[in-house]
Amino acid sequence: MAIWLTKESKVIVQGITGGEGSKHTKRMLAAGTQVVGGVNPRKAGTKVDFDGTELPVFATVAEAIKETGADVSVIFVPPAFTKAAVLEAIDAEIPLAIVITEGVPVQDSAAFWSYNVAKGEKTRIIGPNCPGIASPGASNAGIIPADITPQGRIGLVSKSGTLTYQLMYELREFGFSTAVGIGGDPIIGTTHIDALKAFQEDPDTDAIVMIGEIGGDAEERAAEFIKANVTKPVVGYIAGFTAPPGKTMGHAGAIISGSAGTADAKKTALEAAGVKVGKTPSETARLMREIMS
Amino acid sequence: MDLFEYQGRDLFERHGLPVLGGGVAETPQEARAIAERLGGKVVVKAQVKVGGRGKAGGVKLADGADEAEARATDILGMDIKGHTVHKVMLAETADIKEEYYFSYLLDRANRTFLCIASVAGGMEIETVAETDPDRVAKVAIDASKGVDEATAREIVALAKFPADVAEQVVDIAVKLWQAFVAEDALLVEVNPLAKVGDGRVLALDAKVTLDENAGFRHPDHEALEDKSAVDPIEQAAKDKNLNYVKLDGEVGIIGNGAGLVMSTLDVVAYAGERHGNVKPANFLDIGGGASAQVMANGLEIVLGDPAVKSVFVNVFGGITACDAVANGIIQALALLAERGESVTKPLVVRLDGNNAEAGRAILDGANNPLVERVDTMDGAAERAAELAAAGK
Repeated sequence: MAIWLTKESKVIVQGITGGEGSKHTKRMLAAGTQVVGGVNPRKAGTKVDFDGTELPVFATVAEAIKETGADVSVIFVPPAFTKAAVLEAIDAEIPLAIVITEGVPVQDSAAFWSYNVAKGEKTRIIGPNCPGIASPGASNAGIIPADITPQGRIGLVSKSGTLTYQLMYELREFGFSTAVGIGGDPIIGTTHIDALKAFQEDPDTDAIVMIGEIGGDAEERAAEFIKANVTKPVVGYIAGFTAPPGKTMGHAGAIISGSAGTADAKKTALEAAGVKVGKTPSETARLMREIMS
Repeated sequence: MDLFEYQGRDLFERHGLPVLGGGVAETPQEARAIAERLGGKVVVKAQVKVGGRGKAGGVKLADGADEAEARATDILGMDIKGHTVHKVMLAETADIKEEYYFSYLLDRANRTFLCIASVAGGMEIETVAETDPDRVAKVAIDASKGVDEATAREIVALAKFPADVAEQVVDIAVKLWQAFVAEDALLVEVNPLAKVGDGRVLALDAKVTLDENAGFRHPDHEALEDKSAVDPIEQAAKDKNLNYVKLDGEVGIIGNGAGLVMSTLDVVAYAGERHGNVKPANFLDIGGGASAQVMANGLEIVLGDPAVKSVFVNVFGGITACDAVANGIIQALALLAERGESVTKPLVVRLDGNNAEAGRAILDGANNPLVERVDTMDGAAERAAELAAAGK
């Protein structure tokens, strides 16, 4: 078992005919994901071949769900069209929408989030600007490499893609139940807290790695949540101790504003909640190794 | 992107918000001309993207064109908290009766926007929030609905704006929201929003931050960038579409993925504590699927920084396999040689993840005396710091 994405998940790709969309559809299929189709209104009714697997292209998400029973959509459309794609996914009430696109304007993310709330949050949105979600050995939705680690009992939630891969790699001897990349934008759908809650409730996850970075106070709020609700061991890592204030460090949300959003504040909050925080990725892996061994 | 006050004032004016007449000058002569156009008393304000310019002597009153020219001479070239003043804004003066505060900003925690309004303006809102929290109204804005007249009235009532200015503030609240949305802003702040002698309410300052991710629908925003303040290496990196931030150390950093690069900066800084206190010289994220071309561009930028004494290339092969990355590094060095760049600084390369063994073999086979391979991130950071300390 895993959280949110399992062997039974049926995945469609919005933007399946684009460069990134088709590249990663091929990868996801190779990883054993049940990709059942794609969406592109201009190519509706056609089929796309991925190394021998023919996938149908539908005009809308709603049609794709009706025809295939899809319950996950991975969104690979350019920033200018992302808002419309997510709104469409929400209207179709797909249970999980994963927004890979980087560079989505904040007002667009705020707009689709508010729309999702108004519609009763029937869709879990992950991202934008995220690598997606991987349940090793079961399914892979997004751009996380599928072969870093086998299935296991560690859960991981992270703002950063490559740090996710790094920790999965360092802890591949134990394997992972699910790794969730929630993305580095200022406004994101799924938060650290959502993932911590799901891992706490997941019978197949024994311990949790939580990766954060400078900017905002999501890690501080996650620390409060852990203190009150999480009984499984959590190991943390925060990137950006040496980042200067006022500079955006790659991710749109990775910025220290005045004295808010520093790595120190996040580390202090996590440690106060009983989370062991590694100084480096390798030390973080070592802390988790001690728990799992 | 943060705007200068004069750019914010112009933006407000374009969106129909009440502002005072003004103009921007880069020389005392230009300041004189603007003061003549405005007539009478003017205020000369240093244009810097940092608070506290008033206390630093960057805001002066001037009576007439002669004085305006003199004050502009004083202020231009001043250093305010490390920011050199290249421009001054001249504005008409106002007979301020009351000072208020009004802003819309991003509220990350609640995944929406927030309005902050107060009748205690003219000072830092954080201070008011601490000393006098009852006088600060915070209203969450639904991003789908925005701020219509009814919401504006609710804000005005909550912040307890006086009855004689309420109608004007309602109008300003609606127009300011329209400007916020139309320009894809992350922050619009008016402090002070002032009631002046004739009863009008005017925006006397303008702090605006625009969302660079929305640049594709605002071709006009590019012209608002302050090229003079951008570090020349940062500008060169931007021209090559590289995600680069200049820092003040000696170890050049190239990595893939924003989180991993941030982490690399930290690990190098820790290693530097043991090696002459060297620090990272930059942040450079070449992205997930970086080609040899991108690696070459990145290396050229980092090696071209005179402060750099060694370079740490830290790559985790995810989708992109390490053998491709290793070939990229070798080709990048060859490309630089072709461009006539002489590469003399040592490179420490750490490759891990997908096809790491093959990648490492390629680097070993290339036998480049400047390229040193270390298999762990910590070990490579240590070695890069050591080499930078030796090169100082």
